[in-house]
Amino acid sequence: MTEQYTALYEEHKRLGASFTDFGGWQMPLKYSSELAEHHAVRRAAGLFDLSHMGEVRVTGPQAGAFLDYALTGKLSAMTVGRAKYSLITNADGGIIDDLISYRLADDEYLVVPNAGNAAVVAAELAARSQGFDVTVADETAATSLVAVQGPEAEAILLDLVPAEQRGLVTGMKYYAAATAPLNVDGSAHSLLVARTGYTGEDGFEVYVPNDAAPALWQALLAAGADRGLVPAGLACRDSLRLEAGMPLYGNELSLDLDPYAAGLGGVVTLSKEGDFVGRAALEAKKQQTPARKLVGLKGSGRRSARSSYPVLKDGHPIGEVTSGAPSPTLGFPIALAYVDAAYSTPGTPLEVDLRGKPEPFTVVDLPFYKREK
Amino acid sequence: MSKVIEGLRYSAEHEWVDSSSPVKVGISAVAADALGDVVYVDLPAVGDTVTAGETCGEVESTKSVSDLYAPVSGTIVEVNQEAVDNPAILNEDPYGAGWLFTVNVTEEGELLSAAEYAEKNGGEL
Repeated sequence: MTEQYTALYEEHKRLGASFTDFGGWQMPLKYSSELAEHHAVRRAAGLFDLSHMGEVRVTGPQAGAFLDYALTGKLSAMTVGRAKYSLITNADGGIIDDLISYRLADDEYLVVPNAGNAAVVAAELAARSQGFDVTVADETAATSLVAVQGPEAEAILLDLVPAEQRGLVTGMKYYAAATAPLNVDGSAHSLLVARTGYTGEDGFEVYVPNDAAPALWQALLAAGADRGLVPAGLACRDSLRLEAGMPLYGNELSLDLDPYAAGLGGVVTLSKEGDFVGRAALEAKKQQTPARKLVGLKGSGRRSARSSYPVLKDGHPIGEVTSGAPSPTLGFPIALAYVDAAYSTPGTPLEVDLRGKPEPFTVVDLPFYKREK
Repeated sequence: MSKVIEGLRYSAEHEWVDSSSPVKVGISAVAADALGDVVYVDLPAVGDTVTAGETCGEVESTKSVSDLYAPVSGTIVEVNQEAVDNPAILNEDPYGAGWLFTVNVTEEGELLSAAEYAEKNGGEL
């Protein structure tokens, strides 16, 4: 696969980023210290380039009905200006991706898949649109996505919004979105602003055409300069989402897992009318108790569990870690793991085999970290 | 680019060794930069015997964990408690305050010159 570069690549280079491949894209891993970036997002704000994420626009009179058929949620019931977390599965109920969908108008949605799955999701949506009066357009290559996350995010974003329009931002609820005029390089750009994120903090994600992305990036950096905003890379994005107990496709979610096994049965709307891809398989899976459940683990030592490490009970393997790290905010090791349902109750003492040496971990409620409102 | 210091010798596993007696051992800036912010260091204990090329501890960052390999064989004389208490010094000063332990050497492992190590690992002299 040829390496892809976002429209902000030069900005990252100038800021001294070190890069990593993610889903075929060269993305900033960190700019200076991933710990400092993590703490900045919790205490002030961080600026992320998420342009590797996909953007698939679905338009047409049957847009809602089509997404009801293509995804697990009931997207037709969503109000214009809202966002919804949903899944796309195959006919067997296996998770192809988890995604956010925005309803921009009665007949227009924006579907946002993960970077590594964007092409597959776009192709699946196009294939599933047969027989529906809709247009499916993969706009990933032309669209950048910039996120401001953290307690100072609103104040920073407001700097770019004309006074009379600020209510659009201040009044925006979590998982809502609106087109707002953002003042970038001296002119107003109408951009889609959403109060969504993947960090466990308040924050916004702004969808912007590639040619305006560098100017938006610079404007947000400038607006945040005296509010503690730092550019933040994918390393801290991963530790932030883990503290917030959010799944990462490829770690917690995969084609081999169905939504019930992944603890995401709540975003499967079996009660919606009509057929949808995966319905028959998912109706059957709902009746079965999943053999394993996704749980949070807290370590009592200092060593961290990492992806693929075995989880043990009395020395016997009963599960596997999917993500793990020393939590920068909490100061102890945290992990997500699939464990046999019998051992999934919070408080259950388990061990994780840390490279040959079992260390004590305890099942805990998710999320590990919840911000104070 | 990560700094490589003249006057030290380096193992292929990114540990450095100085020329004092007992020898002082640490990890290179190449390793520290690749790991990211170090949050935990597990070191051998004073009196432990270590063997060149074998693991003798570990270094953990938010992103990943790496085994620590002994660059020489011998007995541990001293460990740097400061590195255990404040692992961030491995990133801040890997060749100075971030040293890890000292060893009474019985046998050296295979060690590279600064130039050889820098060339192999994309470091900067």
